[in-house]
Amino acid sequence: MLWKEEFSVHAAEERYVTRRQFGKFLVLTSLGMLAGNLWILARSLWHREPRLPARQVVGAGELPVGGVRVFRYPGPNDPCLLLRTAEESYVAYSQKCTHLSCAVYPATDGKRLECPCHEGYFSLEDGRVLQGPPPRPLPRILLERRDGGLWAVGVDPGTRES
Amino acid sequence: MYGYEFFVDPSRCIGCESCVNACAECETHRGQSMIHLDFIDRRRTTATVPFVCMHCDDPTCAQVCPADAIKKTEDGVVQSSLKPRCIACSNCVLACPFGIPKVMLGPEQMMKCDMCYDRTSEGRRPMCATVCPSQALAYVPADQIRRERRERPTNVFRFGNQRVTTRVFMMAPPGREAVSVDVVDYMWDQEG
Repeated sequence: MLWKEEFSVHAAEERYVTRRQFGKFLVLTSLGMLAGNLWILARSLWHREPRLPARQVVGAGELPVGGVRVFRYPGPNDPCLLLRTAEESYVAYSQKCTHLSCAVYPATDGKRLECPCHEGYFSLEDGRVLQGPPPRPLPRILLERRDGGLWAVGVDPGTRES
Repeated sequence: MYGYEFFVDPSRCIGCESCVNACAECETHRGQSMIHLDFIDRRRTTATVPFVCMHCDDPTCAQVCPADAIKKTEDGVVQSSLKPRCIACSNCVLACPFGIPKVMLGPEQMMKCDMCYDRTSEGRRPMCATVCPSQALAYVPADQIRRERRERPTNVFRFGNQRVTTRVFMMAPPGREAVSVDVVDYMWDQEG
């Protein structure tokens, strides 16, 4: 039995590795790596972005210019920030910092989003990292104007260069 | 010490406990004696039997070890458990047909007779065999013991259906090929 060979009672046999054994190990681990890479390739070829439901952001109209409001999108456990930057201009980002998921909020200067945990700063315009440890920009919530209301229609993770 | 073997002769044991104390002085397990000096039937007789590890060819203790901690070296000596691996589960204590391994509760490790590996591996006799006054424990060349003693050495033991061959020899009455041990029978005897 293989396990009896591998975990032999005899001290010398336990340490002994035959050339054939080593070859088998190399071939099997290489095959495993190949299979894993093929799986990743297949997944990326067939992967489709999930379509998120559109949801109205309630109370966008009452927000003053420069004001901030928390809403949930796409699920009830995904807090997002809605910011009114001008009379007709809104932006929305996920509130979870991309570093360790602390809640971000607008910095006192009103021009950046700040994560207080490790002093990470994100740009208000596009959510890119300005300073600190966050590795990725904040996911941006795509907004659309429909029937006079403001609707969240999707999430741009912001990780792809485009 | 090529050709030297370990011989145990219970009929010569006088119960002086020299081996027990000599064993405790060994460098590798200071203060802990690995010898089992058993009284056969203390009420009726003073007979004692010294038991060292028999160093089985196919050691049951090592076979049952779940942590792979008991190893047999090329010279046929079954070593004490490896400290980084032993989990003190007592599997070996229960499995050994001779009842040799001891689990030390302090260091949480199984320790047993390793035939004084630090001594025998460099050509010296084990501690117990050097002090035994009646040579019930003897570490001598095989031809010498055949010449000097009436009893014949055997290293085949039968425990029911299990046949165990060992590196250490037991001196048996002449004409006895193997030593059969019927544990249940002995238990029955003691009750009666």
